[in-house]
Amino acid sequence: MNGVAFTLAPVAAAPSAEAVVRAVGLTKLYGETPVVKGIDFSVYRGECVGLLGPNGAGKTTTLRLLLGTAHPSGGTLEVLGLPVPARAAEMRRRLGVVPQFDNLDPDFTVAENLQTYGSYFGLGRAALAERVPVLLEFAALTERAGAKISALSGGMKRRLTLARALINDPELLILDEPTTGLDPQARQLLWRRLRELLAAGKTLLLTTHYMEEAERLCDRIMVMDHGVILATGSPAELIRAHIEPQVVELFGPRAAEWLAAEGAGRAERTEEVGESVLCYLHDERPLLDALAAVEGLRFTHRRANLEDVFLKLTGRDLRTAS
Amino acid sequence: MMAVLGWVPVWRRNFLVWRKLALPSLLGNFGEPLFYLLALGYGFGSFIDQVQGMPYLMFLASGIVCGSAMNSATLEGLYSAYVRMSMQQTWEGILATPLSVRDVVVGEMMWTGTKALINSTPILVVAAALGAVHDWSALWALPVLLLAGLAFGAMALVVTSVATGFDFFMYYSTLIITPMFLLSGVFFPIEVMPGWVQGLAQWFPLTHVVAVVRPLVTGLPLVAPLLHLAVLAVCATAALTAATWLLRRRLIR
Ligand SMILES: Nc1ncnc2c1ncn2[C@@H]1O[C@H](COP(=O)(O)OP(=O)(O)O)[C@@H](O)[C@H]1O
Ligand SMILES: [Mg+2]
Repeated sequence: MNGVAFTLAPVAAAPSAEAVVRAVGLTKLYGETPVVKGIDFSVYRGECVGLLGPNGAGKTTTLRLLLGTAHPSGGTLEVLGLPVPARAAEMRRRLGVVPQFDNLDPDFTVAENLQTYGSYFGLGRAALAERVPVLLEFAALTERAGAKISALSGGMKRRLTLARALINDPELLILDEPTTGLDPQARQLLWRRLRELLAAGKTLLLTTHYMEEAERLCDRIMVMDHGVILATGSPAELIRAHIEPQVVELFGPRAAEWLAAEGAGRAERTEEVGESVLCYLHDERPLLDALAAVEGLRFTHRRANLEDVFLKLTGRDLRTAS
Repeated sequence: MMAVLGWVPVWRRNFLVWRKLALPSLLGNFGEPLFYLLALGYGFGSFIDQVQGMPYLMFLASGIVCGSAMNSATLEGLYSAYVRMSMQQTWEGILATPLSVRDVVVGEMMWTGTKALINSTPILVVAAALGAVHDWSALWALPVLLLAGLAFGAMALVVTSVATGFDFFMYYSTLIITPMFLLSGVFFPIEVMPGWVQGLAQWFPLTHVVAVVRPLVTGLPLVAPLLHLAVLAVCATAALTAATWLLRRRLIR
């Protein structure tokens, strides 16, 4: 465990049955509009749970409810064993938050940001002197300790925000779209850090609209749309439970035409997304053989993924649903 | 402990940011009132024999120190606080920690009071250097100026809590702060104004600041100081309560 020595909490790294978040019938209305519609879910100690859904699904609102900065219109909520919002302030001592949009303090340097944020948790000089260098190292920002925030790249800001969320050595970390807008390298580095935190026994709840991120990082995924959790499970479980394992994707204007004329019955299920047609099936061979004989039709074969699960559950393509 | 002293780190954050630019801003704090007092104090002073038995420079200095406390607390509570709330989302970051909306509002109010002191103390020093301060009892003006800063800062935070942008602050500045600055006895005794203006001036918190600070600085007899201080305390408390309620509604959605 490089860098996060002080954060090594004496907890089992493997997920346990202890719920650190327990939501029952959680509801949020803005005016008359329901944004979170009576959702039930739990997050267990040591696991990484992903809330996957397009923009406007209600992910941020759900996280704000957990944080206690939005008050639910209905349902009950317990975070780290405390009722929220009733005892949210007490709960937040043991919580770390990476908000959707960075709100680092532009008037302070990198290191000062960590120190100042630590002071909000009542951390004194001695504790900060111990933690800040470790977190700078963790965020790969040691060389930038004295830099202004405006001089940081997007990835550096995100890592600093993550380091800031760890200043109080939290048990539970809530991350709202931690890698949105980052380039692939910056994203990889952040993922590696999140995996280290999981290995150190932290519990992670993150939102994303990147299927790949959810698939790589999360033990469990909750698929959310229109304020409802449509399905919950590990990536493999969700794929097994909801869709056929193989996908043949046909491209171009002739795809739909061919499917209507010849393809009927060759796929167990089809979905049209833009100009392409997705054929879902258990055995792809017969379809691939048939397609090989057709002139001027492009196609690829792949295994089903979470994107397909989302499309099946919502009728919308996660990539374009936002 | 957090519940009682939770405002301290919020105050401290603002103080640390201010300290980074303290030197140039302190130069301004001394320079501006010096020129004001030289120009107006000696300039107008040459036409005016005495005001309430003292040189005009002395009368003016004891008023400007109050006006400065009001203006600096107001600016801090409007523009600077709004930047922290809206543009920088500093408060949202703070509310993800154990601190509460009340801690944020109290911390910001304490900071506006501090800014009032930071900006008005140099005026007292300059005035003393020009011989416009009666004696050491002028130091008692400092806690009064702090209280004034808290009251005006809290009022500004009320405006900020419902503001939709900087334009919004123009109404408050032109309709409330500017008339108060001109009609509360800073530049001339309110007794020379028409009766209805004198009546109106009693409703201005700044009138009550001047009523206590001027005697302390110039050696005039203090009249009913507790009443004036009570008015300021009520303003501060009521505005603090309103700002907390309004900001909770705005930030906890
Ligand atoms: N403070 C608010 N007032 C009114 N509507 C809101 C507010 N916050 C979010 N919403 C609405 O709630 C819905 C869900 O928003 P959000 O939780 O931010 O979704 P996501 O994070 O999944 O993109 C959106 O339609 C959004 O417009
Ligand atoms: Mg969001």
